[in-house]
Amino acid sequence: MLQGLFLILVSTVLVNNFVLSRFLGICPFIGVSERIETALSMGWATTLVMTVSAVVTWGLEQYVLIPFDLGFLQYVVYILVIATMVQTIETILAKTSPALHRTLGIFLPLITTNCAVLGLAILVAQKGYNVLEAAVFATGGGLGFTLALVLLAGIRERLEWADIPEAFKGKPIVLITAGLLSMAFLGFTGLVAQ
Amino acid sequence: MNNFLKGLWKENPIFVIMIGMCPTLAVTTAAVNGIAMGLATTAVLVCSNLLVSLLRNFIPKAVRIPSYIVMIAALVTVVDMVMEAFFPEIHRVLGLFIALIIVNCIIMGRAEAFAAKNPPLAALLDGLGMGLGFTWALTLIGSVRELLGAGSLFGIKVLGSAYQPVILALLPPGAFITMGLILATFKAVEISRKKQVAGGVTGVAGPISHTGQHSISQ
Repeated sequence: MLQGLFLILVSTVLVNNFVLSRFLGICPFIGVSERIETALSMGWATTLVMTVSAVVTWGLEQYVLIPFDLGFLQYVVYILVIATMVQTIETILAKTSPALHRTLGIFLPLITTNCAVLGLAILVAQKGYNVLEAAVFATGGGLGFTLALVLLAGIRERLEWADIPEAFKGKPIVLITAGLLSMAFLGFTGLVAQ
Repeated sequence: MNNFLKGLWKENPIFVIMIGMCPTLAVTTAAVNGIAMGLATTAVLVCSNLLVSLLRNFIPKAVRIPSYIVMIAALVTVVDMVMEAFFPEIHRVLGLFIALIIVNCIIMGRAEAFAAKNPPLAALLDGLGMGLGFTWALTLIGSVRELLGAGSLFGIKVLGSAYQPVILALLPPGAFITMGLILATFKAVEISRKKQVAGGVTGVAGPISHTGQHSISQ
């Protein structure tokens, strides 16, 4: 049991990293990775939303959509849950922890359209996880996203001092750096038997 | 007409504005997948732009984003079911990424930035242009990756059997690197063009350098 959960965690963080091997959440990965601190805040906020929304969508799938045969409403329901969760988390944070809200606040609205969150909810439904597995899978996905974001931000901070050919300045070099990171993560293939 | 044309090149969603990157990188392991993904997105984009534009005077401003999201999610569900019924093979390959058209920033971006402020016909043309711009960008990336990684184009062997395929191009890193190289190529062409313009022939160069600035430097 515990071993199974641990395997899910390792496999989502390293082997099937959401960003570098599943291509989920590329927009924030390229957009919010200029500074390590902002990357870290974005990562935490996303992890939080992913875990909460994965559990809520899991509950809805099991107790509403499947019993009432409403599978065709899956996408509509999921995206509404995610949008609501983001709004709720923002309100709760603003009331209980203004300091945290200041750091994470501006990132929260962006997370609604982060495809990693919706993708994760659908993947959980496809894989038929139980609620605990879903939560671990979501947290792993969020941590993997954070890891990739922070790694890229670290490299981009260094890149500012590098002498890059004119044509590669800006986005091209960032994409190639991401490609090299992704190549490094390929090394984890086979770490966990699927 | 300009509403239609701008999406193809000057404001191309992938190469210029760089939104909607997830499907761009994920499904472009072959040219055919690029076309299929592009056309599915175009279908959703045209319909959502049209709907948003028709309803622009009825939806209260405060709840517009949730309304758009629900409309887009419903449209994507339809496209998903149609593809599953008529093109099961492609539906299986694209998989999760058809559902993720909902959160493709292009759709929401065009609804908010264009369709909500313009009449239906203009919104429809804008959606069609942006969608086709997205499609050709995906097809180009897919073709490059397929050519390098499998030596074929649209499933037909192009390079002889002596060609040793670069498998890396089909793996995830290949997506990032190919995209980076294509963007760099565009930029290099732009730079050399600007240098030529600076060198002389100002009469002809004027309009070219103008479009050039719009297309790449943003």
